[in-house]
Amino acid sequence: MPEIKITPLGAGQDVGRSCILVSIGGKNIMLDCGMHMGYNDDRRFPDFSYITQNGRLTEFLDCVIISHFHLDHCGALPYMSEMVGYDGPIYMTHPTKAICPILLEDFRKITVDKKGETNFFTSQMIKDCMKKVVPINLHQTVQVDEELEIKAYYAGHVLGAAMVQIKVGSESVVYTGDYNMTPDRHLGAAWIDKCRPDILISESTYATTIRDSKRCRERDFLKKVHETVERGGKVLIPVFALGRAQELCILLETFWERMNLKAPIYFSTGLTEKANHYYKLFITWTNQKIRKTFVQRNMFEFKHIKAFDRSYADNPGPMVVFATPGMLHAGQSLQIFKKWAGNEKNMVIMPGYCVQGTVGHKILNGQKKLEIEGRQTLEVKLQVEYMSFSAHADAKGIMQLIRMAEPRNILLVHGEAKKMEFLKDKIEQEFSVSCYMPANGETTTIVTNPSVPVDISLNLLKREMALGGPLPDPKRPRTMHGTLIMKDNSLRLVSPEQALKELGLSEHQLRFTCRVQLHDPHSDNDTLGRIYTHLKSVLKSYSIQHVPDGTVIVESIVIKVTSSAEEPNLKAILLSWSYQDEELGSFLSTLLKKGLPS
Amino acid sequence: MAAHLKKRVYEEFSKVSQQVSLEEAPTKKLRLTKPSKSAALHIDLCKASSPTDALQYLLSFARKPVEAESVEGVVRILLEHYYKESDNSVRLKIASLLGLLSKTLGFTPDCIVDDAINILNNEKSHQVLAQLLDTLLIIGAQLPDKTAVIQRLIDVACKHLSSTYFGVRNKCLQLLGCLGTVDMPLGKETDAGPGAQTSPVRDVQSLISDYFQDQDPRVRTAAIKAMLQLHEREMKIQQIIYNQACKLLSDDYEQVRSAAVQMVWVLSQLYPESIVPIPSSNEEIRLVDDSFGKICHMVSDGSWVVRVQAAKLLGSMHQVSPHFLEQTLDKKLMSDLRRKRTAHERAKELYASGEFSSGRRWADDAPKEKVDTTGVNLIDSGACGAFVHGLEDEMYEVRIAAVEALCSLAQSSSSFAEKCLDFLVDMFNDEIEEVRLQSIHVLRQISIHITLREDQLDTVLAVLEDSSRDIREALHELLCYTNVSTKECIQLALLELLKNLTKYPTDRNSVWKCLKFLGARHPTLVLPIVPELLSTHPYFDTPEPDMDDPAYIAVLVLVFNAAQTCPTMPALFSDHTFRHYAYLRDSLSHLVPHLRLPGRKQTASLEESGVGSGSLDSAHNFLQDSLIRVSALQNLETPGAQDLLEFTIRDLQRLGELQTELAGSADFCATYLRCQLLLTKALQEKLWTMAVPLCLKQNAKVSTAARQILDETYKLEFLYSGLETQQIATIHNVRLQAKALQLILTARSKQGVDHVLGICEKFLQDVESFQRLFMTELPHFQDSFVEKLLELMPRLTACKPHDLVKIFQTTLRQSRFIHLKLPEQIHRASATIIEPTGESDNPLRFTSGLVVALDIDATLEHVQDPQTTVKVQVLYPDGQSHIIHPKPGDFRTPGPGRVRLITQVYLSHSAWTEPCQIEVRLLLAYSTSSCKLYVSKPAWNESMDGLPTSESSIEGTIHLSKPVKVFIMPKPARR
Repeated sequence: MPEIKITPLGAGQDVGRSCILVSIGGKNIMLDCGMHMGYNDDRRFPDFSYITQNGRLTEFLDCVIISHFHLDHCGALPYMSEMVGYDGPIYMTHPTKAICPILLEDFRKITVDKKGETNFFTSQMIKDCMKKVVPINLHQTVQVDEELEIKAYYAGHVLGAAMVQIKVGSESVVYTGDYNMTPDRHLGAAWIDKCRPDILISESTYATTIRDSKRCRERDFLKKVHETVERGGKVLIPVFALGRAQELCILLETFWERMNLKAPIYFSTGLTEKANHYYKLFITWTNQKIRKTFVQRNMFEFKHIKAFDRSYADNPGPMVVFATPGMLHAGQSLQIFKKWAGNEKNMVIMPGYCVQGTVGHKILNGQKKLEIEGRQTLEVKLQVEYMSFSAHADAKGIMQLIRMAEPRNILLVHGEAKKMEFLKDKIEQEFSVSCYMPANGETTTIVTNPSVPVDISLNLLKREMALGGPLPDPKRPRTMHGTLIMKDNSLRLVSPEQALKELGLSEHQLRFTCRVQLHDPHSDNDTLGRIYTHLKSVLKSYSIQHVPDGTVIVESIVIKVTSSAEEPNLKAILLSWSYQDEELGSFLSTLLKKGLPS
Repeated sequence: MAAHLKKRVYEEFSKVSQQVSLEEAPTKKLRLTKPSKSAALHIDLCKASSPTDALQYLLSFARKPVEAESVEGVVRILLEHYYKESDNSVRLKIASLLGLLSKTLGFTPDCIVDDAINILNNEKSHQVLAQLLDTLLIIGAQLPDKTAVIQRLIDVACKHLSSTYFGVRNKCLQLLGCLGTVDMPLGKETDAGPGAQTSPVRDVQSLISDYFQDQDPRVRTAAIKAMLQLHEREMKIQQIIYNQACKLLSDDYEQVRSAAVQMVWVLSQLYPESIVPIPSSNEEIRLVDDSFGKICHMVSDGSWVVRVQAAKLLGSMHQVSPHFLEQTLDKKLMSDLRRKRTAHERAKELYASGEFSSGRRWADDAPKEKVDTTGVNLIDSGACGAFVHGLEDEMYEVRIAAVEALCSLAQSSSSFAEKCLDFLVDMFNDEIEEVRLQSIHVLRQISIHITLREDQLDTVLAVLEDSSRDIREALHELLCYTNVSTKECIQLALLELLKNLTKYPTDRNSVWKCLKFLGARHPTLVLPIVPELLSTHPYFDTPEPDMDDPAYIAVLVLVFNAAQTCPTMPALFSDHTFRHYAYLRDSLSHLVPHLRLPGRKQTASLEESGVGSGSLDSAHNFLQDSLIRVSALQNLETPGAQDLLEFTIRDLQRLGELQTELAGSADFCATYLRCQLLLTKALQEKLWTMAVPLCLKQNAKVSTAARQILDETYKLEFLYSGLETQQIATIHNVRLQAKALQLILTARSKQGVDHVLGICEKFLQDVESFQRLFMTELPHFQDSFVEKLLELMPRLTACKPHDLVKIFQTTLRQSRFIHLKLPEQIHRASATIIEPTGESDNPLRFTSGLVVALDIDATLEHVQDPQTTVKVQVLYPDGQSHIIHPKPGDFRTPGPGRVRLITQVYLSHSAWTEPCQIEVRLLLAYSTSSCKLYVSKPAWNESMDGLPTSESSIEGTIHLSKPVKVFIMPKPARR
């Protein structure tokens, strides 16, 4: 039986360095190639030696697919392609292809320039790697080679995020990457058609969470910002450069527009500006509202949001500032924070999760005095707010996607083992399909039952149709007679005569004969007559003939009665039937063995 | 037969010119003045050398209409050609033409049923078959009461249902749906006939439901649609198909799912109370609950079309049990397997614990108790969270549908209204304005059921700062109907409204009105905060606030309206408050109610309360009495009659001012009577006995009177809504009289005969059209001017102009005064310009030659079809006037009968030396040709020779509002 094998190199019962190997129909595909944020050593990247101990990966992989530009999904790409060595095609969507190198370059700068690591990929390697990328469009079916085809679906999450369907013959796999089933201010919801894949590989970050409506959180956020600004306070929003930042920008921008507010909003520059440029370009990837109104105005061309300059932080009066990085551990956001922390009119809003040990984490836990750079203490008087905006599907969303795609099996990745366990149970319980959650390096094998297409000759089909009712009932299987010819890598079903003709064979008749002994006191002819009447009463819908030369013919079955001179009462009944009437013939023989009714 | 017909057609065609010239056969004349359609078609078709040509001829033929009497001929020709034609596309076109032709008015298609069925039986091409079935469907629809024909059609459809082509099956199902009947078993007819088929006796419904499982999604859709069609035709659909329909909800194709949702909904409406089992358990629930759950499920369908449909239908399932209904708003939250409360619940608790609007702390939403993992059902088959999903949907169409559904469900269940409040309030923050506006409207509609909590009110009020005027006004409207729970709420609302007022001063009227209702609705809540609001102090005198401050007026409006039902409140007022009350009561009487103030003179209030609402009946009686009194007059030339008329007019006008409900009727009567008075006076003038040259002055007077009467009649006809035909006829009668008067005057003053002749002819046309329009009303017009004229009509047409004038003159003087029957509901169209107010002393400066936009805000009442009739007129000091047509989008309808016009007019002028005032006013455009009584032309008529369009249509305008003066100053451009 054909199998699909799936091995996560990363993201198996874990979040980070997503990298999943799939072999399907003799093809090997790598899904995502990410880095892990938690490690700074070799564990940062997936273990490519699993694929081959030495040498390049090109001959072992048919293609690499990147779902979106987050580093935990694409961070190891230059390492894999340039340092380990891979020359085959890398597939990603257009926005991902545009934004991915910016992030990779940023990542490289931080590791190499700031932390001083050596033996890391260079800018040139990023460039070389991106040259191997083949961009794909949504719903476009790309033939990787003659048998392997891939198709991308919209996934929400971040700009350009995609789910991919990988198909070889009638076997298929869907990989979701990260996705979001509820729309947000700048992106729509993930969507997939009822493609019924053999296996769906889904992320499960929020496997045990059912989220509240987004609107409450948005409203709270806006209300807080608005109140602070009206009081004359300053609002600091530490963000990571891409993704949520754009959503919050849109949110504030439209709110400012609606409410006619005048306080300035600033965005600290950096890689954001470049990325924003791409957000403006890829309007088709955004949500309904932005797509519909961009003719009048591109929503990403912010009217109220301006570039930030270091000197603005000391300006009097209210303002809102977006600054990087998001956890307040370094950089501009921390500088601004230090300046504003002393005034209780001000506010800082943390839009996401903060790692332990960062300033962000401390203030969220209510610490009022911070030690910064040794002896200096900073009193935190400003208000601290937490506002989570996450773009992953929650448990209900995951179930909804499963319902949309109707897969035969489900495999969970990109989540914590404990949470997966719960979701796995739920899935098995509610959809009654099997669900897997392999750890890194563990292989899951799924047996598929692919349908084999066979060409059927039209004549044969018509002949069969004429026999049955006017319309074939699609819900019920039907047997038909024909000859299966396997020739030149193709399968054909034709009528036996045609097959004989094509193959140049002559037809052989196959007849079975059978002798049944019967005690009967009558003469031969009478016995035959009795058999005839008996059969007539049993086989009502068959044509039964009593031929004068001493035989009874039922369809193609010939029945004769003979008796030896010694024992006239012991009659030998000869039955003979052709192969085609095997069923009827054996029925008759058993019937006659039971004897005739007296 | 066909040959004979062809011959006849040829004959007709060739005879045409001859017949016309000779006029031998007058009976046939009408038909033969034009070459017969059928003949032309036949010739064309015979000429066609290739199928493409034939198709071209047919296409061009189809563009022109065919008159009813020649349809049959055309059909025969088409059929004949059909038999000969081998090309599929031409046959298809012919088949479609047959259908089109059988729709002709006045043609009964039963004669072609036989032929159609006949060609159907011989047809091989699937496409043509489908088209033929379509034609049969049309024919069947034309003959709804011929059961025999219908039965035959149904038999044909049943026979072709087994076709292998989806189009044919589609059409068959459509036909069955449109024509089939459920009660009558199929195949009865065929059984009775000789050689009957052994088809089992089945009804249409089970036959159609067989195709619910067809392999082609289009056929499945058609089958469901056919079933729905049966339902629309009020056939009783059996419940058995419920399970099948439910299965189709998970079909792969969106159109099937979309139709199936409708089907399930229909069944839930038909059999709400019947019991269905829940699969996988042995419980049973009501069908309506089951289907509600299933449709709720479709709100998270993959296709947004289906989602919209499902959301819409949910709104109309009122019978669903409250338990299920409330589930739709419940999405059991959890976080890391712990139960979590929603933000709504948290807000409620915070509020209940007395701590309002605390900042949210990190992990404030920390999950509480652990959830039993087995108990969590992630995709409930029930209604769980359907609306939560719908309101969060990606497409705004779905969101709007969900909001509307919420509204409709909340209106029938107050507990549900309470629950959905939070969700609706959340929608105020939607990214699309349409959705925000819709949710505000919805909240207003359900606001009778709910009382807003303080935190909810806070969220609602935040929207007051929205820059969109529509949103703000919708919110004001909402606040007018809202109940709040505490005095803090009132304070909060007032505060926010005042903030709104300072930010958007143009909202003044709307804010005041809002506070008026808010005060009147919550007198007891306002009472404790009155001292604070008016900033009075028990010991000290506080400075007197500025009377012109809109914010202060706003506060006073709130207080005075609350004081109306709260007699203890005035005791808290300080002296200046009473003075301000008197001032406001005068200047803003629509916002400030009458108060019974201690120590005030009671007389004034007595007089006012005398005309209170209780006197509506007596006012109505008075109106009737006045009219009866007038109707006692037979001849207006009797001495006292004119005085009586004058008094009555005065009475009616005063009545209209006092009693706003009757203003329309009173004004209408007064205007009519004035017309009569003017007419009588004009006829009484001595000039009629004087020689012409001696009475130039009187002449002028009479002609102005005539002019005035004409104007008044147009006002009577177009300014008032709710008129009956009889009244319109009466008005027309007066108009004819005025026209006759004008005619006589012209005849007397001018000597040229030709000139008079033209006018006379036109006048006679008018009389004729009167007769045509008001044929049914003529009995009411005994002894009237018109009736007399109509009697003389045969004579008049032959008369010379001067005799005509003489006749008119005598008829005019002899004719009786027609009494007006008081119509039931008459409303006078009116308009008020709110913006600009005309009070500004600062001229609007702009560079001459360029344009400046002037914002206009006006309310229109009782104007019919304002988009086409209302215009804005700008009158410059030099007499130039411009008429501007506002865009249809500028008209909004905040309530029944009321229309709001918010538009911009662009002004421009060359330079002036001084600022000057221009006048802006609204006009009501009318045109007599657009009169409602004209029948629209039949569609299949020859378009060329219809009614002459120029038929005495008079277009004009009536002033609808008082003019408003705007100071403008175009400055010369600086170089």
